[in-house]
Amino acid sequence: MKENKYTPFLYILPAFILVFAFRFIPIMLTFIVSFFEWTINGAGKFIGFENYAHLIKDPDFWTSLVNTFYLVIFVVPLSIVLSLFFAALLNQVKHLKGFFRTIYFLPFVTSLVAVSIVWKIIFNQQSGLANFFLAKVGLGPQGWLAESRGIFTLFFSHFGIHIPTWLGGPSLALFCIIILTVWKSLGYNTIIYLAGLQNIPKEMYEAAEIDGATKTRQFFGITIPLVSPTSFYVLLMTTITTFQAFAQIYLMTGPPIGGPLKTTKVIVYYIYETGFDNQNLSYASAVALVLFIIILALTLWQKRLERNVTY
Amino acid sequence: MKWFKSGIIYIILLACGLSMIVPFLWMITTSLKSQTDVNEGNVGFIPIDRYQTYTMDGKTYRVQIVLHKGSHSIANLYDSDGNLAKEYQRIPNSKIQQVKKFKLHWENFKTAFQKVPFARYFINTIYVAIITLFGVLITSALAAYAFARMQFFGREWIFILFISMMMVPEPVFMIPSYILLDKLGWIDSYNALIIPWLANIFTIFLFRQHFKSIPAELFDAAAIDGCTRFGMLWRIVLPLSKPVIATASIFSVIGSWNSFMWPLVMTNSEELRVLQVGLSYFSQEASSQTTLLMAASTFSILPLVILFLFAQKQIIASAASTGMKD
Repeated sequence: MKENKYTPFLYILPAFILVFAFRFIPIMLTFIVSFFEWTINGAGKFIGFENYAHLIKDPDFWTSLVNTFYLVIFVVPLSIVLSLFFAALLNQVKHLKGFFRTIYFLPFVTSLVAVSIVWKIIFNQQSGLANFFLAKVGLGPQGWLAESRGIFTLFFSHFGIHIPTWLGGPSLALFCIIILTVWKSLGYNTIIYLAGLQNIPKEMYEAAEIDGATKTRQFFGITIPLVSPTSFYVLLMTTITTFQAFAQIYLMTGPPIGGPLKTTKVIVYYIYETGFDNQNLSYASAVALVLFIIILALTLWQKRLERNVTY
Repeated sequence: MKWFKSGIIYIILLACGLSMIVPFLWMITTSLKSQTDVNEGNVGFIPIDRYQTYTMDGKTYRVQIVLHKGSHSIANLYDSDGNLAKEYQRIPNSKIQQVKKFKLHWENFKTAFQKVPFARYFINTIYVAIITLFGVLITSALAAYAFARMQFFGREWIFILFISMMMVPEPVFMIPSYILLDKLGWIDSYNALIIPWLANIFTIFLFRQHFKSIPAELFDAAAIDGCTRFGMLWRIVLPLSKPVIATASIFSVIGSWNSFMWPLVMTNSEELRVLQVGLSYFSQEASSQTTLLMAASTFSILPLVILFLFAQKQIIASAASTGMKD
């Protein structure tokens, strides 16, 4: 076919310009800005690694990092276990499958802003559903989003045991955020798992049945290994999304946002706060870069793990 | 034994499903309560109006107690239209009747919708979503077509560059994006909400995978018939790609509709607020008016829920396909 050798570039050009201008340049700028004094009013002088040196000594940065890790460490396993459980159950049934899929998937299409507002009211101490249910089962009311004590501290103090603060775990307020985030992620992960489960050949189970393997043995011996590519995908996606949690913190906590006692301040909210509330764009860029490096490292690590484990 | 086992599975599924939708049910029932009902501690799922009445000379009035005085109360009486009928009546407590009545307060939706310009927010959101959708489909179809079916210098490198850009999460490049859009003078304009999102790398990736799967014979035949490059895209590739276009469209619309952090940062003025940002400001302004907040949350998720209920097969299949490895 007669063709100008520049024709393919014409097809790529619109997307290329947009990606270059609004992805590539900003990502490169993140590096550059973090080495300069830079406020809303514009660039200042070159300051080298000053932001990074400050970062290491910044207690708020470490607090937000710890809170983010709490969030990820709780949300990811809970979401994976629950969604695999739901998917395995859904895979067993013949009737009402569509109905169940619909209700499980509903949180996925709803906006995080709207559901955060709803969950904030659910966790309201006076007029919330959470304390209403606690009262129904005969338990005392909790402070929920206003409670800065760690969940392990609260749990053990129930039995009269005092544990050191650093062992206290995420605050109850952060745990409310964890519940919402798990709930929001379940629908999508369940659907992904369901698709993964349907790819497992039926013959596998039939063969196991003949060998006399129990349902439990089948689940751990066949289902979990064979669904592991899906598990890695779900693990990676849920980890990356949870690291970026922002809307639920912005809408559910405070005032001041990130409270009580900064126990729900996460890294992306810290970027937002330093960048736009305190107008220190260069410091915010340095924090953003740290977030990027963490996510990149985790992605590469998970990819490596996947190569070594997949069946 | 078998029916017993599957019965248990259904019960577990139903219980878990219920816990998934309880927040939505409660959102809707709370949005239909009166604020006094909520403030007086009705947390449950049934909207109930509680009030007191007093019957005098064969007419029933609503009672608003001003002062308790032993066995009597001083109260204002209102007629059935809510107008003040009699002021400071001395009435015996034993004659006051407690009334509990089931009532749905649909007016909460109207009040919430009018309290802040939600109509404007809806229009902004729809406008941004539609323009972004068309932009994404056009730029992605063109680029994916070149990546999938053309030979050119640097093709793999450009594609790898694209994919690595896709891996970078939004919060990482948001601060410099703000600086860039500020330099362009786009902060607080539709440009800031739309133009950076007109290319979607994930959609390019999705389209490329699909375009590659179209048999080469179709293109050869079209070339013999004298079809141009663009003609092939228009007449062969796109008609064969309807499902993947639907998938990309659904994700684009859901993404635009629910995007929050970007419009929050990039716009300030009220006229430019999209739904999510407007809702977030509303939740701060009306933080004590639970019923209005629930009503606003309900109508802001309603369009996507309706879309979902109509196109759920496609949406769920699309979501599942994103998790499939090639």
